[in-house]
Order: sequence, then structure tokens, then C-alpha cells
Amino acid sequence: MVSSILPLTLINVSVRKGAKVILGPVDWELSSSGCTIVLGPNGAGKTTLLRLMHGLQKPSKGEIAWQADFKTVSARQSFIFQTPVVMRRTVLENLIYPLLVRRIPKKDAEREAAEWLEAVGLEDFKQKAAVTLSGGEKQKLAMARALIIKPEVLFLDEPSTNLDGASTVSIEALVKKAIADGTRIVMATHDIGQARRLASEVVFLLHGKIHEISAGGVFFDAPRTNEAQSFLRGDILL
Amino acid sequence: MNDLFAGFVEAAHLVLTLDNDLVEISLRSLQVSVIAVFIASLIGLPLGALLAVARFRYRRTVIALLNSLMGLPPVVVGLVVYLLLSRAGPFGVLDLLFTPTAMIIAQVIIVTPIIASFSHQALRDLWYLYHDLLISIHTSKAQRMKALLWDGRRALLTATLTGFGRAIGEVGAIMIVGGNIDHLTRVLTTAIALEVGKGQFSLALGLGIVLITIAVVINLAVHSLSKTERGGVW
Ligand SMILES: Nc1ncnc2c1ncn2[C@@H]1O[C@H](COP(=O)(O)OP(=O)(O)O)[C@@H](O)[C@H]1O
Ligand SMILES: [Mg+2]
Repeated sequence: MVSSILPLTLINVSVRKGAKVILGPVDWELSSSGCTIVLGPNGAGKTTLLRLMHGLQKPSKGEIAWQADFKTVSARQSFIFQTPVVMRRTVLENLIYPLLVRRIPKKDAEREAAEWLEAVGLEDFKQKAAVTLSGGEKQKLAMARALIIKPEVLFLDEPSTNLDGASTVSIEALVKKAIADGTRIVMATHDIGQARRLASEVVFLLHGKIHEISAGGVFFDAPRTNEAQSFLRGDILL
Repeated sequence: MNDLFAGFVEAAHLVLTLDNDLVEISLRSLQVSVIAVFIASLIGLPLGALLAVARFRYRRTVIALLNSLMGLPPVVVGLVVYLLLSRAGPFGVLDLLFTPTAMIIAQVIIVTPIIASFSHQALRDLWYLYHDLLISIHTSKAQRMKALLWDGRRALLTATLTGFGRAIGEVGAIMIVGGNIDHLTRVLTTAIALEVGKGQFSLALGLGIVLITIAVVINLAVHSLSKTERGGVW
């Protein structure tokens, strides 16, 4: 395989909005494999951290260092938004868009897409306008569109927060399959059950800072900090 | 009231007998406006998309300028184009004054800011929805504009039709640069102005009704064509 864009190193990174520092300073290294769950209450800075790593948010201070140049790095990662973003086109056209952007011929792109439509169960909707899909279907389409480029890193920002139980199960199944295929996952959630089901590593964020980092099992069985303990108990953290 | 009724009768008569002059000036109206709107769209639509996705220093100034150009008095546009194209003017050698080409030039100047401004407004909203996704997918600026122009085509059609309505109903500028010459530059609007001047109100009104009918039919036709394309969802 071509050389990896990982590990990713964050060096003294912070994000400021106006006078307020909403994230950081953060020092962290994202290792080459596994599923990192970014856990924390609302407003902890999960979205900001993910957008920062993906390049949607510029750091106000500090450095974000990948193992390859900007172009390579941008081409090998995808992002799933909390509210799925679909384009005003058919499901199929949405799905092949990232391939067309990479100048892959339409015929090849559509052949590739057929597999993904089946994987996410949207074959019957492929000629349907994507905006008419339900929330869960849109998010599945977004998953397929993110994975179709075979990313090395996949960021997911609370992908099932607005979805019903059945859709959440399908999204998690897709995430598990991506993990099994070797995709590096970084996923934000405030759903402790979901975190427990997927995490190989947990980053617990609080007030814009990394409060605790542990391996998945360790974090849930023996959280080291009081705040993580009360968060896992379901207390409201202020 | 009598004049109005006579106008309808006149209009019906002109249309039913397929009056030669009427057909000729109607076709010229269509020709001038369609070509002008086509050229204005080639400039205005990409400009609207560019203003939606690009962030450059004087972007706001350009948008404000476009919005004010939308209200350009056609008579002044006509006067300026006249001076540019007249014998003594910088483009006098082209000998374009009092030709349909001169009318098209004037209309392009009037209609382009309208199409650019309306398409910018529509595409700005679409860009707000697409922004994160298209940046995440790492699209080039040209690819972003292309995505907006394609996915926003319905709104752009409306912008273009607005421009068409403005063009086909315009009289001040094309009167000055076209000269309302019979069998050469006479169109529906200038013919109406002429007949009013002669006191031929019912003929003027008849022409007016034909003009409005053409505008309405074109709008309906374009809209129903675009709706059948995909169930009219967006
Ligand atoms: N554009 C912004 N301007 C000002 N404050 C913001 C902005 N975006 C996020 N914030 C603030 O930053 C903090 C972290 O936000 P976010 O990263 O969205 O948290 P989370 O995803 O964990 O809920 C919150 O307090 C939020 O209000
Ligand atoms: Mg968030």
C-alpha cells in the first residue's frame, strides 16, 4: 500500500471564536489504527475538534501535522456531518459525486456505486431525489458517499443523534464494517452506549480540553477522573 | 372601456389573420430578447455562482454595484450605447447603430445585472447548504460553481425568465439605439409607442396584448418543460 497519512499529531492546538477559546490547547497523537470515540457533553468541543482535524476549521494557534502533503491528506479522508448534507440530485448522482470530483469516468463511478447502494440498502432509491429521503436514509447515503472513495480516515460527528433506533443500528453496522476493513475511525458522540459498542480508544473532552484518554475497555470499567465517572453515571456536567 | 374592448378585438383580428407586420415585429422582439438573454445568461449565471463561492476583497462592493445596476434607467443605457456606436463614437466604424445588434447590446447591458444578481441570491442560499460538504470533498472552485449552477438550475431558470421579461418589455433603450425603423428594427414595444403617438389606441392595445401573451406563454412553456423533467420536487 501507499504510505500512510497517519499518525496525525496535534501540537498545542487551540481554536478561538471571538474572545472565547472554544477548544484547546490540545496535544494529541492520532495513532494509525482503531476506532477513537470522542466523548463528551454538549458544547465540550467535539465538533470543533473533528472539523479541525479534517481541515474544515483552521486552528487559531498550534500545528496539525499529517504524514503527507496537503493534497494527499485531503483526498484520503471523509467526514460525516451530524445533519446529513445531500445535494439536490438523485441518490446515485450524490453517491458518485466524490468520484467525479476525482475525475473518475462516470461509467466506472456508477459501477462502483452499485455495490455501495446495495451495502447501504438504497438500491431501490437510486433514481430518487436525495432530498426526499428520510433522515436515516440520507445518513446512509452520506456513509456510502464517504466510504466510496476508500478513505484512510473517516470522521463522524454524532452521525445518529437525530436518527431513530433502526437507523442507528444500520449506521453502527456500517461503521463496524469500515473498522473491519481497516478504516481509521474518529467519531464524536455523547451516547455512552454507542461509545461502548465501538470504541477501541476514548478521548473524553470537557470544556474544550482533553480530560482523559484511555483504551476503550479501560475507560468504561475504570475511568480515572471524577468527571468521567459522573459522565458515565449519566450526571449532568456543568 | 370602449378603447379596451376595441383593443381586444384588434388583437384578436391581428392574431387570427396572422397579420404580416405583426408576425414580423413579434419575431424580431423574440429574436432580440432571446439572443440578449442568452448572452446575458452566459455572463450573469457564472458571475452569480462566482460571487456565491468566492471570497475576495471587493466582493461586497461588486454585489452592491450589481444590485444598483439592476435599476439602471434604460433610457440612459440607450443613450450611452448610442454615443458609443454613433459615427463619431469609439465604435462608430462598426456601423451598428440602428441595427438589431445595437438593440441586443443595450439589452445585454440592462439584463446581465438582473440575472447575475438574482442568480447570486439563489446560489448563495444553496452554497450555505453545500459549503461544508464541498469543502470536505475537496472540490476546486470551478467544481463548486458547476455543482451550484447545475443543482440550482431551477432557481436560475427563474432568474433568466425575469431577465427575459425585462428584455421583451423594454422600450426606452432600444428605441434610441434601434430607431424603430420599419422592417428593420421595429419591435412590439417600439411599435406600441409609435401607435400611441399616432393616437391609434386600439392598435397599440392590440399589440400590447400580443406582447403580454407572448411573455406569459414563454414563461409557462419553460416552466412546464422544466417540471416534467423531474416531478417538480425542487
Ligand atoms: N462559530 C462559533 N462561534 C462561537 N462559538 C462557537 C462556534 N462554534 C461553536 N462554538 C462554541 O464552542 C463550543 C464547542 O462547540 P462544539 O465543538 O460544537 O461542541 P460539541 O460538538 O461538543 O457539542 C460550544 O460552547 C459552542 O457554543
Ligand atoms: Mg457537536
